[in-house]
Amino acid sequence: MDITRLTAMEIREKVINKEISSKEVVKAHLNRIKELDEELNAFITITEEEALKAAERVDEKIKNGESLGKLAGIPIGVKDNIITKNVRTTCGSKMLENYIPPYDATVIERIKAEDGIILGKTNLDEFAGSYSTESSYFGVTKNPIDTERVPGGSSGGSTAAVKAHEVALALGSDTGGSNRQPASYCGIVGIKPTYGLVSRYGLVPLANSLDVVGTFGRNVKDATLLLEVIRGYDEKDPTSMEIEGSSYLEKLKEGIKGMKIALPREYMNMDMDSRVKGKVMETVKLFEILGGHVEEVSLPHVEHYWATYYLIVVSEISSNMARYDGVGYGYRTEDYDSLDELYIKSRTEGFGEEIKRSILAGTYILGSKEGREYYEKAFRVRTLIKEDFDKVFEKYDVILTPTTPNLPFKIGDSIKNPFEMYGSGIFNIPANLAGLCAISVPCGYVDGLPVGLQIIGDRFKEANILKAAYALEEELALGGENNGL
Amino acid sequence: MGYKTIVGLEIHVELLTKTKIFCNCVNEFGGDANTHCCPVCLGLPGAIPKLNKGALEFGIKAGLAFNCQISEWVKMDRKHYFYPDLSKGYQVSQDDNPLCRNGYVEIEVEEGLKRIGIQRIHMEEDTGKSIHTEGGDTLVDYNRAGVPLIEIVTAPDINSSEEARMFLENLRNILRYIEVSDCKMEEGSLRCDVNINVVDTETGKKTNITELKNLNSFKAVASAIEYEERRHISLLEKGENTAKETRRWNEVENKTVVMRDKGSADNYRYAVDVDVLPVVIEKEWIDEIRDSLPELPHQKKERFIKEYALPEYDAGVLTQSKELAQFYEETNKYAKDPKQVSNWVMGDVLRRLNDEEMEIEDLKFQPKDLADLLEFINAGKISNNIGKKVLREMFETGEKPEAIIKKKGLIQISDEGELEGIIEKVLDENQQSVIDYKNGKDRALGFIIGQVMKATKGKANPQLVNKMVRERIEKR
Repeated sequence: MDITRLTAMEIREKVINKEISSKEVVKAHLNRIKELDEELNAFITITEEEALKAAERVDEKIKNGESLGKLAGIPIGVKDNIITKNVRTTCGSKMLENYIPPYDATVIERIKAEDGIILGKTNLDEFAGSYSTESSYFGVTKNPIDTERVPGGSSGGSTAAVKAHEVALALGSDTGGSNRQPASYCGIVGIKPTYGLVSRYGLVPLANSLDVVGTFGRNVKDATLLLEVIRGYDEKDPTSMEIEGSSYLEKLKEGIKGMKIALPREYMNMDMDSRVKGKVMETVKLFEILGGHVEEVSLPHVEHYWATYYLIVVSEISSNMARYDGVGYGYRTEDYDSLDELYIKSRTEGFGEEIKRSILAGTYILGSKEGREYYEKAFRVRTLIKEDFDKVFEKYDVILTPTTPNLPFKIGDSIKNPFEMYGSGIFNIPANLAGLCAISVPCGYVDGLPVGLQIIGDRFKEANILKAAYALEEELALGGENNGL
Repeated sequence: MGYKTIVGLEIHVELLTKTKIFCNCVNEFGGDANTHCCPVCLGLPGAIPKLNKGALEFGIKAGLAFNCQISEWVKMDRKHYFYPDLSKGYQVSQDDNPLCRNGYVEIEVEEGLKRIGIQRIHMEEDTGKSIHTEGGDTLVDYNRAGVPLIEIVTAPDINSSEEARMFLENLRNILRYIEVSDCKMEEGSLRCDVNINVVDTETGKKTNITELKNLNSFKAVASAIEYEERRHISLLEKGENTAKETRRWNEVENKTVVMRDKGSADNYRYAVDVDVLPVVIEKEWIDEIRDSLPELPHQKKERFIKEYALPEYDAGVLTQSKELAQFYEETNKYAKDPKQVSNWVMGDVLRRLNDEEMEIEDLKFQPKDLADLLEFINAGKISNNIGKKVLREMFETGEKPEAIIKKKGLIQISDEGELEGIIEKVLDENQQSVIDYKNGKDRALGFIIGQVMKATKGKANPQLVNKMVRERIEKR
């Protein structure tokens, strides 16, 4: 039996039934990482020692007949912008290359409390600020399906690790598609929960009003399992909420008979890779067959998504990056004669190009009269976009869109054509702007490359998108196993 | 030809909440460096602020005490600038929607009551503290980071150093009365910046506004205003203007010096802090807070005038602080003559406190002890002067007046039989004085009485001695 081929659910079951030990599971996955990660570069930090200790504790519990958590023995990767106590958290930046935090993010506490085993910290675009994982100070992560291509981003390390069976589950974060776009590019499931469903305490912010922690798995059930563990109110994050209702896992099998499904006309008419469009349209038909009612709807403000998102995201980035000043922690330049020089050189040397672009743009927007006018307008348009979705969700349960308008691009191409890269998140952005939940689920391959379907649901209606994704996954029986490594 | 001084103040006040504004760290002055800190107040990546409702309540209390309108809802904004003691590169503050607006504080000027407008009061977090070592290093203590502050901004309604001082005293008294701050300038829990310029009342010419910082006492505020007044006027007289700049007060040299140029306006790039959810301030909550406000200084003063029939001056002095007023009222509960109590509290008690730089709370004796002392005097058991001696002893030891009087045998001698022998003896020994008095030298009487008092160590009842000495001399 190749342990790394097991699903998360299977691992838990076999560990609890003493078919395999937690330690065996960890070792098998660590070996897999050792075997592959030199090439893939999905991990920035591997926490071998801590993982083995955690596995021993789980095995000890089993030996003593103690009850076990929902994630017992499951190896998990954590995006390196999620704070881990005593384990360095770099955010993919030279700025935090040696930063070792003194606390755990709430999601980490919850994973540990449920006996999940963290194998390491995964690569990402610097501070999660791009779409290809190429802007990491720790080098580019390669797509396990085609190592000449990017895994997408910013959670590319997590999606590559899950796809390559280095871990069974992973955490990511999603500000404008950073969970869904790389999940699509790597042919796995990526969930972007409703803003407020999961505590952000300990997620290093890129843009606080858009960021959410999300989950990855090679199938819907696995990704849902991890979501179920991390969701819920946290007193440390006042924007988090407790949602009443039964477990998502129990609802997955309910099916989608009678589900009202919307297909946004404007999205499908946009410029996109015809192969992606073709695959998505095929998939939409499957939903009809599965008993859903699909209708075209209008989401008219699509041409304003990018500008609105950009104005908000760079403004919040410029504010959030202000704390990295070389004073209390993080990178400090070696040579400086004055306080100003300490700031300027530390920040110039510590930040990468992509994040600097955002800081400059955001500083201009917040610091100039013209910029502020744009900024305020962006907030008004954001409200309009929310209203577009509210209107659709009055009548429909879910919205289907391609996760991305394109297929995974080649490493280096984004530098030649940054707009193609930015454009890859266009269908993802509105769920962040409107605080909705969404999932990317694989819907097939074209020319050897994966296509993801995005299913968007109303705020706190995760059950709807998970049910729909699960029904599709069952029907397609892809299981995430038919391609790649 | 005349000049008018225009002053506005910006006052930062640390609130006395138990915990900091966005975390559960203890809000306490001092402590070992960086021991009252957590990821939130240190601004560590990923930490999220959580607004302390108690701090908001204190802010509202202050707003109501200063007659402000309270905002219907609040949000917090980020104010960006770089400084080592600012751990996040921004201070969480309030920009365009302050908690309180349009209030005032009254001061008494010659023409009567004058209102000094309060434009706004907003909430914010305090920063850490930079400590510059002799070796040239700068160390930062973040214990203060995240302590809740209110910033009070006045209208430019203040026209002299004296008005500024009166305003600050009233403001401080009110804040202490409502117990939102201890307002200790020496510990930085009240900090005041001054904006000042001068206008030539004939030509209408104005100087540019100078901002003054590093004012560590009300006296420094007044002195700095006076210094700047002169500087601005002398420039106006020369047909010149002041530079737009920030100056700091140099207490040693008694002058202001340039701190930084303010040629270009500050750009704080304010942005709403979306982590701190907006809070709706319910009318009921405001009413509750309003109902919980204690009697304010001016209200207490009026009541003292009415209830205790005190002169306005006395009532003003006694209500300077809540504790002093409380001491006075408590003493009155056991005493008969409110004016007498006022005289003693304002006189010997306050004088001694001032001399020793003590607060009323530091007194070793209780209000009832003072009332008992006065009762000894009023009953004729001790003289007024002996009473003062006893009070001094009470200051030192905290002993009860009765115990002191007994221990030292200070009970007044009012027994004619006992006094008769003493007086006869004094008269015998001072025959010349007796003759002098009989020859019309009134001063001789005083001398004789003094000798009697001396012989009784001051314990003799002075009125009785006076009466008896005259009688005995007549008989001779």
